[in-house]
Amino acid sequence: MNNILVANEVTKRYGNHIALNKISLEIPENSIYGLLGPNGAGKTTLIRIINQIAYPDEGSIIFNGEPLEAKHIAMIGYLPEERGLYKSMKVGEQALYLAQLKGMSKSEAKIKLKYWFERLEIGDWWNRKIQELSKGMAQKIQFIVTVLHEPKLLIFDEPFSGFDPINANLIKDEILRLKENGTSIIFSTHRMESVEELCEYIALIHKSEKLLDGKLSDIKNTYKNNIFQVGLGLQSKNGILEDLKERFQILSSEYVQDGQQLNFTVQLPSSDTGALLTHLSEKANVNHFTETIPSANDIFIKTVQKKQLV
Amino acid sequence: MSKLGLIIKREYLAKVRNKSFVVMTFLSPILMVGMIALIAYLAKINDNETRVIGVLNQSDYFSTDFHGTDNTSYVKFRDIDLEVAKDSILQMGLYGLLYIPNEPDLERVAEKAVFYTKDAPGTSVVASLESVFEDRLRMERLQHLGVSASDYNKLDLPFDINTSTFSGEQNLKGINEIKAFIGGGFGYLIMMFIIIYGGFVMRSVIEEKTSRIVEVIISSVKPFQLMLGKIIGTSLAGITQFVIWIISASLLLGVLVLIFGIDPSALNANTENTPGLIGGATSIAYPDTTMQLYANELFKIPWAMLITFFMIYFVLGYLIYSSIYAAIGAAVDNEADTQQFIFPIILPLMLAIYVGFFSVFSNPHGPIAVGFSLFPLTSPIVMLMRLPGGIGEGGVPVWELLVSIALLIITFIGIVWLAAKIYRVGILMYGKKPSYKDMFKWLKY
Repeated sequence: MNNILVANEVTKRYGNHIALNKISLEIPENSIYGLLGPNGAGKTTLIRIINQIAYPDEGSIIFNGEPLEAKHIAMIGYLPEERGLYKSMKVGEQALYLAQLKGMSKSEAKIKLKYWFERLEIGDWWNRKIQELSKGMAQKIQFIVTVLHEPKLLIFDEPFSGFDPINANLIKDEILRLKENGTSIIFSTHRMESVEELCEYIALIHKSEKLLDGKLSDIKNTYKNNIFQVGLGLQSKNGILEDLKERFQILSSEYVQDGQQLNFTVQLPSSDTGALLTHLSEKANVNHFTETIPSANDIFIKTVQKKQLV
Repeated sequence: MSKLGLIIKREYLAKVRNKSFVVMTFLSPILMVGMIALIAYLAKINDNETRVIGVLNQSDYFSTDFHGTDNTSYVKFRDIDLEVAKDSILQMGLYGLLYIPNEPDLERVAEKAVFYTKDAPGTSVVASLESVFEDRLRMERLQHLGVSASDYNKLDLPFDINTSTFSGEQNLKGINEIKAFIGGGFGYLIMMFIIIYGGFVMRSVIEEKTSRIVEVIISSVKPFQLMLGKIIGTSLAGITQFVIWIISASLLLGVLVLIFGIDPSALNANTENTPGLIGGATSIAYPDTTMQLYANELFKIPWAMLITFFMIYFVLGYLIYSSIYAAIGAAVDNEADTQQFIFPIILPLMLAIYVGFFSVFSNPHGPIAVGFSLFPLTSPIVMLMRLPGGIGEGGVPVWELLVSIALLIITFIGIVWLAAKIYRVGILMYGKKPSYKDMFKWLKY
């Protein structure tokens, strides 16, 4: 698969402060990529470098196979964390202005705007000023001007902060639709749980350094530790828990539904579940059996801890 | 349209469509005219107050010397005591009492005379009373010396020395002041424009920061383009305002001429002529030729050159200052934080105006005038005050002009470069009030 964006050992310093330290990333085409890390980790700096707002001190960025340059601005859509619009400017005029700054012609921008305004059902706002609109309404405009020029790469910095839940869902659906149509998407956020389900790839950034990156499912497989959650349906408490405790490493357990069900967490020596399942099926009904997958947050904490130990 | 063009257009329209801009553009000439009318009216009211002064004259002199004027009249008291006179003045609410005692000779009379008033008297009143005494005393002394009044009048003649340059051109006294005044007008215009429109640029930058649109925009255009577009767009709005003012002023003048049937040129000639008449019979032909010389001199002021250089100095000066304003706007979060940074900007402008008025007036080619007309932060104002004297011989040496423009261009490049760096970092900094030290650090980012 082609990469829409590759960062090679990108370093950025502000005075004595190192904002990015030799960050290398590969962002595959037509994927949703999560740039995760706490506030101040360097995510926004990296995004600004991709948007050519800031320039790296060392390293390079390859966009769509070419070294990043001014013409690529028109192929990138960027929704910054600190976002807003001219308050006293009319909606339509403002959207046209921003579209033209991205290199669209006026007539083309008009046609596309009309499509988006109808799509998000805001057609009659054209001649209203931003200051007359509610915050949620302004957010829709903000989203439209970000995606209007049909960029190949969309970058959202803290995308769902500031959006009300209804708009957040609407925007999420629109983003997924854009992805289906071939757009590559970068989400940058410190709220990892908010984008985890959407991302196919992630990179964890902490204190200006990349901790790890790759396909989210691969990372999770690496970080899962053979812990399983099991629910057993029982006729009676016929000493099954004691029996299990002798054979396996039970981490926690509890009886629910008046002793009709036993839930327990078990740590297996390997990912081979055969022995456990065979044993259980002889003794009771297995109601549920799931592997505990670590969340991105868990992985992040674990990696940071591991790094600090080293 | 290029991106810079788009930004200029937006900034221009945003400014021009702004209600306060429209109101200011059309209201301020009216306000200006209204102010002048009000001041004239108030001054008239002030002058219209008539004062009645009581005169208690016990001497043998001054019986016919006090004549009432438009706003001063005299009431003569006879055969009463000083104290009684004072009381009655107070009761009648008159302005004051002039007491002239009875003494053997005029000198003593004048010496002993007292002017009583309730409050301290106005200087013009005292002066008019004093002049009556002075005239009378002068006549008295002339008689002692045996000089007749007509002989005396012949003594009192004005004399003006003719001045000339070495090349033989006649110099006119005061023409330097007039020229500096014209240049000063241009300089003052530049200063006002820089302060007002620099402030607009700064507020516009702050607005983009507080509305958080700036990062959206600079992901499409370079910060420098945005800054430049803003400066140019705002200045075009300013020029629009000036053009509207000039047109409306000429229309207003036209209307006045139509209504009152005043011929402006005649008016001018009249007022300029009156002082000449004081000179008396010997110099009837004198005012015409002098006026002619002054007029020639004013026509000789190279207006086309002056306006050309006005534009050059104006553009360079405005660009330098407004980019500093833009940098300040980028560095702060709100207007209240700008004060400490604005003062150092206005300082050289004020300095230029004052130094210009004081040094260029007295000596357009003195070291101070030359120095400040070369120093880039003051040259747009000071050099323009010197320029009406012409370029080359007798005027501003060509090298000074070239050096000052060269310095201005170098400074312009340097300052815009520095301002753009501060601007670029500042617009993305939120929530802290930077110090000069911070800004200096930004230069290295």
